[in-house]
Amino acid sequence: MKSLILRDLKLAFRSGGGFALTLAFFLIVVMFVPFGVGANLDLLARIAPGILWIGALLSCLLSLDRIFQLDWEDGTLEALATSPIPLSGIALSKATAHWITTGLPITIAAIPLGYLLNLPTQSYTWLIASLALGTPTLSFIGAFGAAITVGIKRGGLLLSLLVLPLYIPTLMLGAQVVAIGTPNPAQLLALVAAISLLSIALIPFACAIALRSNLR
Amino acid sequence: MLLQVSNLNCQRADKLILSGVSLSVDTGDCLILRGPNGAGKTTLLRALAGLGGVENNENTAFSGHLDAIKSTLTVQENLTFWAGIYGASHWQAVMQQLSLDSLQTRAAGDLSAGQKRRLGLARILLTDASIWLMDEPTVSLDAATSDIIVDAIKTHCSNGGAAIISTHIDLNIANARILNVIDFAAKPSDYTDPFLQGVF
Amino acid sequence: MSLWEYANPARFMALSGRILPTLTIASAVLLLSGLIWGFFGTPADYKQGSTVKIIFLHVPTALMAINAWLMMLVASLIWLIRRHHVSALAAKAAAPIGMTMTLIALATGAIWGKPMWGTYWAWDPRLTSFMILLIFYFGYLALWEAVSDKDTAADLTSILCIVGSVFAVLSRYAVNFWSQGLHQGASLSLDKETHVDNAFYFPLLVSMAGMVLLFVTLVLIRTRTEIRTRRLSALRAREV
Repeated sequence: MKSLILRDLKLAFRSGGGFALTLAFFLIVVMFVPFGVGANLDLLARIAPGILWIGALLSCLLSLDRIFQLDWEDGTLEALATSPIPLSGIALSKATAHWITTGLPITIAAIPLGYLLNLPTQSYTWLIASLALGTPTLSFIGAFGAAITVGIKRGGLLLSLLVLPLYIPTLMLGAQVVAIGTPNPAQLLALVAAISLLSIALIPFACAIALRSNLR
Repeated sequence: MLLQVSNLNCQRADKLILSGVSLSVDTGDCLILRGPNGAGKTTLLRALAGLGGVENNENTAFSGHLDAIKSTLTVQENLTFWAGIYGASHWQAVMQQLSLDSLQTRAAGDLSAGQKRRLGLARILLTDASIWLMDEPTVSLDAATSDIIVDAIKTHCSNGGAAIISTHIDLNIANARILNVIDFAAKPSDYTDPFLQGVF
Repeated sequence: MSLWEYANPARFMALSGRILPTLTIASAVLLLSGLIWGFFGTPADYKQGSTVKIIFLHVPTALMAINAWLMMLVASLIWLIRRHHVSALAAKAAAPIGMTMTLIALATGAIWGKPMWGTYWAWDPRLTSFMILLIFYFGYLALWEAVSDKDTAADLTSILCIVGSVFAVLSRYAVNFWSQGLHQGASLSLDKETHVDNAFYFPLLVSMAGMVLLFVTLVLIRTRTEIRTRRLSALRAREV
């Protein structure tokens, strides 16, 4: 499983791996909000948590189809499925590698982008904590969506339709943690983390069922 | 007996292709699957590999139409990745056996078709599975490359392994047995689909 | 004789064919009498006027919008665990009905909301939850359409339904932290004395029973259609 994670990281950082694309897309989404709603700093400060969370979510969505699709097309997934590693282990490794190449850099990139959106100083700790604890859910649910749609040609749109509804609890709670005036952000942060733990524990098995069925 | 299968049914999508397949493979055996396109050779191999959803795949290594190699990784990186997956350490020996050592640092995407096929086969050599399931291993290869692959298969069989291979051409493997999958082609009466039963 | 024998398509067709006429008549009678009693036989509310009568459509459809998903969840579990084909097809058959119930509940809620709250739509937890339920139905139905292999489609939609249920429940609780509500409390409950007045209570119960029967009738009809479709494609696969 370690060699699978390492290989996925290597592939992501190589040319055409999509690592830089995710970050560039995150920057563009966040930059476009002031273009759309105007450069009023008070307004931006108020909506910054939501923008950063939606930006993180959309950037994550962009790279989901790579999780299994490329391995499916070149026969690697078939070979992995007949290897000694169980399919749930494969899904766990791939989702972890996806988080390291998207969730983690997005969390770090959110700091300068928060500054661009005039995010209040006291919110940065909550922003980093909520993204760091919430983005694993995005990668694991994303891997689930990718496992379901791997056999479907041009399944990208369907993948978004399946995955986005599942992102709702994390988005609602995660953005609320960062918002000014939330009465008890630590409590919501704990819920965000709990959803991530639940996803990490259960989703690999759901992925295994979906992959097994798609490989048949 | 390394592998014994009896009364196996194979489905491709919703269609029953083969029914009542029985075969057995012993140490040193090489079983050649024959039959026209679409007869179910690939379907049978996949079922034996455990990709059909039911069969046990503990002791088999499967190589399909695709080589399962990453074009942006080098030959060595591809080999060490699969070595890591199978917990094998002899990737350098495999590289030499398939004459890939001169290509070690080359990106796999730059290899010729024959070289890619050899790199794909290297994955099978890295497993410690005793039964190799190979789908058209020599398709579109020249005689020299075919020989390398056939030699690898012969070595494997003489070392106590076995192979089940689908192919259209004669691989020149002495004492290979031939199985015509068309013998097991499913007849309409073989269908056990619950939606075909009863009157409604 | 075990209940599972009805998972055999032929047995299911025979049984459902026998009970469908009775079921159809019963659901029509109950639903019509509930609605007519509710619309014309109840007094106008002292606060809400006659607009309150939309409750007789709103509450039963909202009830079935959620219960349809629950039924799909149970059917999906049965398919994944016991591989009964009829179960997977029943889940598929229920989805468009559940989606329609959700749409009707949202629409009647909006029509009721305009005179009551002064707006058709507010981001209230219950309204938002129903909107979320609607997009879960969209995704589920889209997946059935997208996968061509029948058993694979059943597997994938089943696992989506199960994972989706977990996150739908999480969403239901997450919206409480995210927004304060306008929606009134539950219209009725079995254990408390706080439910609506008896004049509304009994016609509402009749409407709800009618809606449950209507749902069962429609699911049976649609499942029968799905079974026939499957038989047709199985026959075709056997021919060529």
